[in-house]
This record gives sequence, structure tokens and C-alpha cells, in this order.
Amino acid sequence: MRPQSPSQTVGPFFAFALVREGGNVLVDEKTQGEHILLRGQVLDGDGQPVDDALVEIWQADAQGRFRHPADPNYALADPHFRGFGRSGTASGGFWFRTVKPGPVPPSPVPCIAVRVFARGMLIHAVSRIYFSDHDNTQDPLFASLDPERRQTLVAERQLTPAGVVYRWDIRLQGPRETIFFDL
Amino acid sequence: MSHHESPSRVLDWSIQPPYLYSPYVATVRRAPHHPLVPLPASLLERTGPVYGEGDIGPLDHDLTKNAAKNGEPLGERIIVTGRVLDESGRGVPGVLVEIWQANAAGRYIHKNDQHDAPLDPNFVGAGRTLTDDQGYYRFITIKPGAYPWRNHHNAWRPAHIHFSLIGRNFSERLVTQMYFPGDPLLKYDPIYQGIPNIKARERLIASFDLETTRPEWALGYRFDIVLAGYDRTYFEEEP
Ligand SMILES: [Fe+3]
Repeated sequence: MRPQSPSQTVGPFFAFALVREGGNVLVDEKTQGEHILLRGQVLDGDGQPVDDALVEIWQADAQGRFRHPADPNYALADPHFRGFGRSGTASGGFWFRTVKPGPVPPSPVPCIAVRVFARGMLIHAVSRIYFSDHDNTQDPLFASLDPERRQTLVAERQLTPAGVVYRWDIRLQGPRETIFFDL
Repeated sequence: MSHHESPSRVLDWSIQPPYLYSPYVATVRRAPHHPLVPLPASLLERTGPVYGEGDIGPLDHDLTKNAAKNGEPLGERIIVTGRVLDESGRGVPGVLVEIWQANAAGRYIHKNDQHDAPLDPNFVGAGRTLTDDQGYYRFITIKPGAYPWRNHHNAWRPAHIHFSLIGRNFSERLVTQMYFPGDPLLKYDPIYQGIPNIKARERLIASFDLETTRPEWALGYRFDIVLAGYDRTYFEEEP
């Protein structure tokens, strides 16, 4: 066994290399499913917005499929959807134009995988986004989480003139600290 | 194959730095306090973006050319190459490797970098490539300069190149930094010192490599990277 390489902080100066124009737009006009805007802030222990974080998301398409060989339904995945997005937070928060993912069996509810990096984080933090318009307790992982804390994973659905918006904040620390996973 | 649903630890916390390391002051208000929750290896984490040659431009790996306007960037040209491995020692193909760095004077192109050192009109300091079918990558760049930061009095970052790796699935993800051998600043750097294990720290120091060095042209450095991830777990758990 080879010992794994240690992580180091992304630092404050990554945007010119990692945050590319369009990197947070996962859809085009042909992408199947409900198009949504997913947005929020990364907040530090003082509740202040972190403006030098990097947020990455990974999700299934609207049918719950991944364009990846580990998915048995790989060949049926939406060719207009890659499922990966990256956003900086320099403008005060992060945002993604994406679709509401379909549930991925055996879970009956959809969710999105998230990773956050920042100056002041020697290693990333991994979380998940669930959606407020589903009964997330049907998901075995969600159901296993501390009921006091698991609401930190739920994005709030809002209907706006511009379309469907899900709002989800990442709290790195503090009384409503987001649940982070060991990955 | 029901073992996919059982929690399996990916990160080795005797190697990985903690969230809270107070000598690195910015960790104090950004470190999560709750213990991490184990995550079962569901299909969401066993898949990830797949990259191909179409995602990479022909000059993306050559930082001495990919931003050149009217000449060569200033500084010491170097070749940085190495192999990306998984924990069982197998090369990992198709890894998206992205790097970014300061120029030879220790200045980033980023608008928030206020260090009083010159920008280089022929250098941006960002590159990307994919590992080949054996897991090898290669960049041509300029040796970055040290730069000051305000963490503590007289704080200087050792010369470093930032690395970002996206592997075969969501679990294979690493952001790290490559350092240079013999750098006297490593001893004073709380980012480097935040790694708990001395041997693990030292694996982030590239080695000078005469084989990679090209006569009359550039010094070569070798930097291998071991990606943690679920694939190692499968390997161990196969009956
Ligand atoms: Fe840096």
C-alpha cells in the first residue's frame, strides 16, 4: 500500500486557474429535466460570507443517471449533461445553473454531492444537498443523521419570476454548522 | 457486491491535515467543529466527471507558452513530471491535473495579490493536463518565487506549485501543493507544518531528477501523487 498524499489549502489565488467562464453552468437548452438555479453562501464561524471559497458539485441527470462507467445506465445518461460544476464565491456566494437530479436507486429522493475548498482549510469538506420538496427521511443516510442537524443539508425551494431557485448555505462552523462527511 | 453500501473510510487522518491548526490563523474561524460523518459509498460518490483529450488544449501543459504575448516568461524554466497512483500503487489514467502558481518574482496574476513584485507579461501561471494510460503527467513551467503573506510577522510562503486532481470518481479528489527540495522556508510555514506526519509532509517535496532534466534547456523535477479513493477499498474487499 502506498501512503496517500496529504492535502493542502487551495489558498486565496486559485480563481484564475480553476474558476472558468461557464464552469458553473451545467445545462444547455437541450438538457432534460427541471432547470434550476442553485445558490448560497459559504459562511465562517462569525457568520461572515467567505469570498475566497471554491464550491464543486456532482450530480445525476434528471433521470438519476451518470455519464460514468460505474453507472449501469451509463449509456442512457443525458448527453447534454455532464453533472459537474465549479463556482467561486468572489461575488458574495456561489451559484449553479443545473437541473434537479433524479433520485439514484436505492434512494427514493434526489441529492447532490458537494465539496468546498477555501483559504484557511487545509483539506476540503464534503457535504450533500437534499431538496425541501421531498420527504428526505426516506433516504437511509439522511434518516440516520442527527435530526437536529440534518436540516443543514436541505436546500429551500423558492419560486421566483426567473424560475425555480434552491437556496442552500454552507456553514463551516457555528451553531448551525453544516454536516460534513468523511470523504 | 453489496459492500458498496457499507461505510468505508477514504481519508487517512494520520496523514491528512486537521481542519483546525491555529498557527495557520485562517483555520480558526473556518474549521468545522463537529466530527465528520462516515459516508456509505453510494453511486453518487462512485461516479464523477470523465475528461478526455477534447477538454485539453495543445499548450495547456506548457506554462512558458500558454500565455506568451511577445516572448518567453522570465525566470528559471523547469519540467515537472510524475505519476499519479492509487493506494495500491497502480497508475491512475485520465486524471485531470490542474496547476497554478506565482511567477518567478513571487507574484500571482490574481487581482487580490498585492505583493510588491512585478507581473510578467508572458506568464499567467495556470496549466492543465490529463494523466496518460500509465498515470504520468508532465508540465513545463517557470520556478515560482517565494512570496509574503500576512499570517504572522515576516511570514513567507516557500516556493510552491498548487495542484488540483480529479480522478476516476467523486472520492478521488485532491488539492495540494508541490514544494522544492532544500527550501529553508518549509520549516517556518504553517501550511506545510499543518500536515501531522513528517514523512507525509516530505512527500510534497519534489525531487530533483537528472533523467527529466534536459541538457542546455531546463532542470527536471519529479513529483508523484497518491490519490485516496474508493477504488482501493474495492480492491481490498473483493473476495
Ligand atoms: Fe500559493
